[in-house]
Amino acid sequence: MVTNEPKRSRGILGMLALVFIVIGLYFGLVKAPPDANQGDVQRIMYLHIPSILTAYLSFFIVFVGSCLYLWKRERRDDILARSAAEIGVVFTALTIVEGSIWGRPTWGVWWTWDARLTLTAILLIIFAGYLMLRSLIEDEERGAVAGAILGIIGFLDIPLIHMSVYWWRTLHQPPSILRPDKAPWENVHPAMLTALALNFLAFVLLYFYLLSLRIRVGESEAKVQRATLDEAA
Amino acid sequence: MAILRQAAWLLWKDLLLELRRRESLLAMFFFGALLLFIFNFALDVERNKATEMAPGLLWLAVVFCGTLGLMQLFQPERENHCLEALLIAPIDRAAIFVSKACFNLLLMALVEVVVFPLYWVLFGVTAWDRLPLVFLYALLGTVGFSVLGTLFSALTLSARGREILLPLLILPLIVPVVLATIRGMDAILRNAEFAEALPWLNMLIAFDVIFVTAGILVFDWVVES
Repeated sequence: MVTNEPKRSRGILGMLALVFIVIGLYFGLVKAPPDANQGDVQRIMYLHIPSILTAYLSFFIVFVGSCLYLWKRERRDDILARSAAEIGVVFTALTIVEGSIWGRPTWGVWWTWDARLTLTAILLIIFAGYLMLRSLIEDEERGAVAGAILGIIGFLDIPLIHMSVYWWRTLHQPPSILRPDKAPWENVHPAMLTALALNFLAFVLLYFYLLSLRIRVGESEAKVQRATLDEAA
Repeated sequence: MAILRQAAWLLWKDLLLELRRRESLLAMFFFGALLLFIFNFALDVERNKATEMAPGLLWLAVVFCGTLGLMQLFQPERENHCLEALLIAPIDRAAIFVSKACFNLLLMALVEVVVFPLYWVLFGVTAWDRLPLVFLYALLGTVGFSVLGTLFSALTLSARGREILLPLLILPLIVPVVLATIRGMDAILRNAEFAEALPWLNMLIAFDVIFVTAGILVFDWVVES
């Protein structure tokens, strides 16, 4: 039985996300001052940082869902993990695209093999692989177990990749002008921080809205599958 | 250690099979040598550049050959329900994992022992005294590759299009090991101080320990049902 309750709260979540996106954009594009060095281009940060943080949040949820699934074997944990992986991949891809658009005018290149960029790209590939794995295993339960294992290993691999990639980039190359990891926190205008925080909030709300939608799709799929199985039996 | 004894028996079984069929090893040898030729055509490796390019090219060859081996790794168990028989046998499942990973490691190590000197000969690398250390790094990197590869080889057994999926899953996850191996080999071949190569060695050992532990811990789930 589908009650109206979750539908309504989902609708409210969606509206809230929309409202905060508008507010966030207003603060980011209008209220915050342009960057002292980069000018207006820097405003892409208000989307760039929230998207990568949301992506990380998403992969953490994949990890949690995967652990829960292996532990309790409840279908909904698997649906949670799979949904989060899908949206996480979208947000990671978004981050890379935004970063490229930002990188071109500021560093002069679309892409550079900097540690943080490399890490993000690898993350995208790992979880794209997760989605592929899920779609290529027919058996629902086996796919869920395989996905859970990949979700856990993939998440735990992040710090290792991070460490090795940073070492690789710091051991050999001295920091160049192309360094994208210059901390934006130093001498930041308070209005910039406000805009960033608002946009982050907007992204998180949007994320959970999308997640709830995707979970609903997953649940419906499971229901259809069960119905067909019952019919066949 | 009962597990190690069981693993040794299983390894013996795989070695015997390989000795009779010689499928994986021959294919891997041949592929490795072929890759060296292709590198030559694709990159026109010059003598003075060969040493500098060795770590990357060698590791590429290792990874490609290793992937080839991983595809075949569980092939004998898929026929005649051998995997089910193994699973109901009164042995620790970790033993199955350890034996398979060791088997793949052994195959890859054998390929390395042939392909590395072949590179030295074909491209005129003179630093023969560096070869043992290069082997050491490659071997440690291969441990990480084999362990993770074995895990995912088993994990994707029931997947469609497994041949494409397997490298797609392993290669990004293995990045830390790849980086540490290549950088370590690079430091050694540049005749740098060993102190420069040492951190990568430590890192490799740490990664190997982590991957081996993780592999043994999750393998139970991989082969269940």
